[in-house]
Amino acid sequence: MNLQTTNPQPKNARAHAPLDRGWAGVVLRMLRRHTLLRHTLLAVVAVVALAYLTGAVSPYRDLQIAHMAYIVCAAAGLTVLTGLGGQISLGHGAFMAIGAYTTALVLNHWAWPLAAVLLAAVTVTAVAGFIVGVAAARLHGPYLAGATLALAVGLPGLVSYEPVTGLLGGQNGLSVSPSPPPLALGETFPLERWQAWISCLCAVIVMWLLANLTHSRLGRSLPATRDDEIAAALSGIRVARVRIITSVVAAACAGLGGGLLAVVTTLAAPGAFPLTLSLQLVAAVVLGGLGSLAGAVWGSVVLVLVPNWASDPDASAHLPHNVASNLPALIFGTVLIVVTLLFPRGMQGGFRWVGRQVKRRLTERTG
Amino acid sequence: MTSPPALLELRDVTVRFGGLVALDGVSFDVPQGRVTGVIGPNGAGKTTVFNVICGFVRPDEGRLRWRGEPLTRHRPHDLTRLGIARTLQGLGLFPGLTVVQNVMVGAERHARAGFLSALFALPRSDRDEAALRDRAMRLLTELGVAEVAGRFPGELPYGVQKRVALARALVAEPDLVLLDEPAAGLSAGEIDELAALIRGLRDEVSVVLVEHHMDLVMEVCDDVVVLDFGRLIARGSPDDVRDDPLVVAAYLGDEVDDSAADELTEGGTETHDQPSHGGGVGSEARRA
Repeated sequence: MNLQTTNPQPKNARAHAPLDRGWAGVVLRMLRRHTLLRHTLLAVVAVVALAYLTGAVSPYRDLQIAHMAYIVCAAAGLTVLTGLGGQISLGHGAFMAIGAYTTALVLNHWAWPLAAVLLAAVTVTAVAGFIVGVAAARLHGPYLAGATLALAVGLPGLVSYEPVTGLLGGQNGLSVSPSPPPLALGETFPLERWQAWISCLCAVIVMWLLANLTHSRLGRSLPATRDDEIAAALSGIRVARVRIITSVVAAACAGLGGGLLAVVTTLAAPGAFPLTLSLQLVAAVVLGGLGSLAGAVWGSVVLVLVPNWASDPDASAHLPHNVASNLPALIFGTVLIVVTLLFPRGMQGGFRWVGRQVKRRLTERTG
Repeated sequence: MTSPPALLELRDVTVRFGGLVALDGVSFDVPQGRVTGVIGPNGAGKTTVFNVICGFVRPDEGRLRWRGEPLTRHRPHDLTRLGIARTLQGLGLFPGLTVVQNVMVGAERHARAGFLSALFALPRSDRDEAALRDRAMRLLTELGVAEVAGRFPGELPYGVQKRVALARALVAEPDLVLLDEPAAGLSAGEIDELAALIRGLRDEVSVVLVEHHMDLVMEVCDDVVVLDFGRLIARGSPDDVRDDPLVVAAYLGDEVDDSAADELTEGGTETHDQPSHGGGVGSEARRA
């Protein structure tokens, strides 16, 4: 992240330094006024926290964190598209597939540095998102859902198409061999932690960019086009253009997620992008709280952790095989239903509710 | 009535929906700095006039001129940039946005920061947002609804929502504002406030309003255009139009039975005496 900004904070802060309250007030006001400063600060905090976290846990957990982080990339894009823009996409897994295959192809053929490879994956998926977005801008509700569903079902099947099986590896997919952790980190630095670092850094960048975007004019135009297309157009919003931009952004995020998936699992294969992936992404976004970026994180964490608990051999050993194998889906589904019933605005909505309750209790006690 | 130059001209505008002629060779001017009312019985084509002006419906024949320039192939999202704003019959507020955000959406025309400055949260994006918020707050204050800026439209009474919708239209600083049934659903007191508000607008912006509420039309309009079955049947000052036999016939139907005829003559005499009450046409229209 290149986030070098001229930071006027120290000068102003010193002017108000005598009063602690005033100093804090200035910082708060500054943060409130400067989106860049606020989001960058949050991003830095997130990076530091994640660096500690990945260092403190086992390589197995690191791998899980890496999985969560690339799901976060895709889910965050989707929550902007669906939650804020009101456009349903049941085909987000297809964009992840495009990102993954682009990563695999570029890495295997040209051996670019990883950042450039991922950027290529983002670019290619953004173009795909543009094409889909142009078509989707004319579709609504169930038709849009149907079209994107077809994309999710059809695209992974393309790899079995005879002329491209040589290039894309058919059902076996393409293996990816990302660069090992740099030697500067030490010889024994676990690969999983390195993968988690890459994945998390990308997720933080995605969140940073999307947070910026949703706090801008687009963050207002999007819900406007979702809530009332005609009123939005009459207010001067180019509805189709806004929808296409959102589609490009969401696809680019999914492409990055897919690229990271290929890097973390060292494989780009059609089996990694079933229809259930697309549906799980939608479920994660709903679970976390539609339209909330933080919600995309909670949803992704649950999406990765719950099946993991459920497939724990100790817990499912005494169950019949066909029950045990469906347990992850069952538990995830149950969590989804329970959360949606309790908190229609998802987990983020639930957290906010709890926060408000706590705040009220506190003010009642003091007042 | 012809002294100020026409801001918007409609010439022989014809719109057909299949076999139905919604507008049949309608021509009228919207002069600068005046309030023009478009009235007529249900299905007369009033809303179609608005939809033609807004670019939702393309006329099959005829043309529009905006400040003397031909207005063809314009799309609804071009309107605010042209200097035309419209409120909707159903309000069309965005339920997911706060009041001030709703109004800020209307100020889109004044936004300068682009996609990249938003993506990287460049300071100019923040400045742009602050400027839009200031504009929105100024207008909310002007319309007396600044205290609900942080609330969501669904939490507000209908009359306040109407003001917010009006603020969203006016924040674009249009030269012409189209009001689609601004008085619908308002109480008598609110309608009086609305009338004062519209008359106040006239200094800065021209107004066209479609309205069923004849008292309001008669009170605030400088010119009235009457449509019936897609044809323009009368135009002129409220007083001229009220006494026009064609207009009376349009509202009451051609074959007037005795009781209606009695009321008509009653209403007619009443209006001669007290024009400000706007009896006649208005009271009949509401009954019809």
